[in-house]
Amino acid sequence: MKADVGASVGAPLAKSGVGARLRLPPFGPKFAGAAEYVVIPALALLASLVLFGVFVGLFGKNPLDLYFYMYQGAFGTWFSWQNTLTRAAPLILTALCTALPAQLGMVIIGGEGALLIGALCATSAALSLQAAPPFVVDLAMACAGMIGGGLWIMLAGALRQYRGVNETISSLLLVYIALAILNFLVEGPMRDPTSLNKPSTPEIGAANMIGSIPGTEVHWGFVFGIVAAILSYILIYHTVFGFAARVAGGNIRAAKVVGLSVSKLILIICFLAGAAAGLAGMMEVAAVQGRANANLAAGYGFAGILVAFLARQNPLAVIPVAVLLGGIGASGGLLQRRLGLPDASVLVLQGMIFVMVLASDSLYGRIGFLKGKAT
Amino acid sequence: MANPGDIGLWTVPLAVLGGAVRVSTPFLFVSLGECITERSGRINLGLEGTLVMGAMSGYGVSYLTGSPWLGVLAAGVTGSAMGALHAGICGLPRVNDIAVGIALMLFGVGLAFYLGKPLIEPTAPRLPSIDLGWWSDIPQLRAALRINVLFLIGVALAPILVWALRTTRWGLIIRTAGESADAALAMGYSVNFIRLRATMFGGFLAGIGGSFLSLYYPGSWNEGLSSGQGITAVALVIFARWNPMLCLGASILFGGAAALGPALQSVGFSHGYHLFNAAPYILTLLIMIATCSPKRTLIGAPAELSITR
Repeated sequence: MKADVGASVGAPLAKSGVGARLRLPPFGPKFAGAAEYVVIPALALLASLVLFGVFVGLFGKNPLDLYFYMYQGAFGTWFSWQNTLTRAAPLILTALCTALPAQLGMVIIGGEGALLIGALCATSAALSLQAAPPFVVDLAMACAGMIGGGLWIMLAGALRQYRGVNETISSLLLVYIALAILNFLVEGPMRDPTSLNKPSTPEIGAANMIGSIPGTEVHWGFVFGIVAAILSYILIYHTVFGFAARVAGGNIRAAKVVGLSVSKLILIICFLAGAAAGLAGMMEVAAVQGRANANLAAGYGFAGILVAFLARQNPLAVIPVAVLLGGIGASGGLLQRRLGLPDASVLVLQGMIFVMVLASDSLYGRIGFLKGKAT
Repeated sequence: MANPGDIGLWTVPLAVLGGAVRVSTPFLFVSLGECITERSGRINLGLEGTLVMGAMSGYGVSYLTGSPWLGVLAAGVTGSAMGALHAGICGLPRVNDIAVGIALMLFGVGLAFYLGKPLIEPTAPRLPSIDLGWWSDIPQLRAALRINVLFLIGVALAPILVWALRTTRWGLIIRTAGESADAALAMGYSVNFIRLRATMFGGFLAGIGGSFLSLYYPGSWNEGLSSGQGITAVALVIFARWNPMLCLGASILFGGAAALGPALQSVGFSHGYHLFNAAPYILTLLIMIATCSPKRTLIGAPAELSITR
């Protein structure tokens, strides 16, 4: 009898959920309870739409009008679909910038900075290769953008691994540094003297612009985004490297015990993450803006963080979520014109969704009928 | 006294000094507030959003009531509401405080831009300043010594917080929650409730820091008002080793770094102006590289803090 009491007293006190690391449950049919990972974010999304309706209702707008125009502006017509998909392209890539390091348990929020650096590197590559054929120029732009963005985020990863600098804060500081570099270059050394009102670099040339998918106005960046997301999914869930990364993300001590090189994993994953965001920057230059200027800092990097969290850091789920968030962005213009809402209303809705999605994390395993048999 | 305005290159250090006092105030308030929040074992990365919300609400209330001090109060209350939201969500099981901070940063900035749209045009009454340089004939020195009351309040607050954390009952409870949630629980305190109040206090100070931006320097409300002061201040708390007095020193250092660009511009050295604007961020990064270590936890770090492990 006494032994029993002793055993129960001696059992280690379970640490409560305080400060628990980010849980990254894989999303897929193989796992019981997968329905939770669809239904709970969907509920959170719905709740934030209702909340946003109440919010604009307080300002005397009809929430039903709001939903109608949001649908119209995002998915109502072929034109709005094309607008939505064009906006989804950079979102997929910047979301990967958060979702890939999340597999290692890292919270990187510097996608905007990698996007800007990628755009600058791509523009420099295009401007220095004016005589080359367009295919070579675009290839060079993509490589330069991915390397630039990749090194930018790899810096945050290296600082975390070798100096213990928190990667969330350092990656965000790097955004502001990237913004300063962009402003410095487009108003100084790289400025096109003819751009008076809006300082910009010279144009990369119409021949070097990346065209649209045939039959649409959507540029090829959307396809590249989908390819990048699928490749990331395969890398994370179907390769030894990805398995190693997930082991390291789950338990870093276990990863070290089995002899994984955690530094290498962190550096490679961070490089790939930054390369995705850098490619988004290259696309914005080569398919949308045609030059580098302050327009590039349109907030795709920050919206990408939300996409990654809403997709529960799953690279495949990033695609539909990016389309959804792209739709919300696309409907902003219509809301401004028809309802007279400020352009920041999209930011408010995004913020509400983000807060709701995180709050819904506490619902997992709590809703009876969604629980899988195995859990 | 032929030309008191002509003091040559002395303009730069004087402008940096004056700028350090002006620019450091938001850093000071945000970092003092975050210091208390983090000592209770939770990190609030959403202070960037809180800062912008504070700036917007402070400006709005000052414009509507004509009293900038009411604006400061309103900014503080808005900030603590944002803090309560952060703490309320973090209090739910299995919710990560860093992620909630990121969400509230985006939400706060968006909400402030939305609600602040009508406030871009009007001019609100600004906070007064105390002229401590009346004895001098040099206009640059007088400008540097024109100090806002909020800065003085912040300077006074730092030692008070050190004292409160060290000796008062509340300070002990906050530190207990930050070092060991189990110990606080065993003493019969609700850890979530302690952290709620600590986060609301942090939000209150961050909101006041925001009102300084819109009501004193730069002294107007627009969407480009804050560019990362909130997040820099969070990093600064780590550098200051969770000690309010060191937060004060670090804020003045950062203010000086941020004032370097405008100071150099005032003497006609405008080349690379944008790069000098990045100085506080680069400085933060360099300081974090120099002081952090992957091998040991930082001295003075609250044991419950998720950012240090």
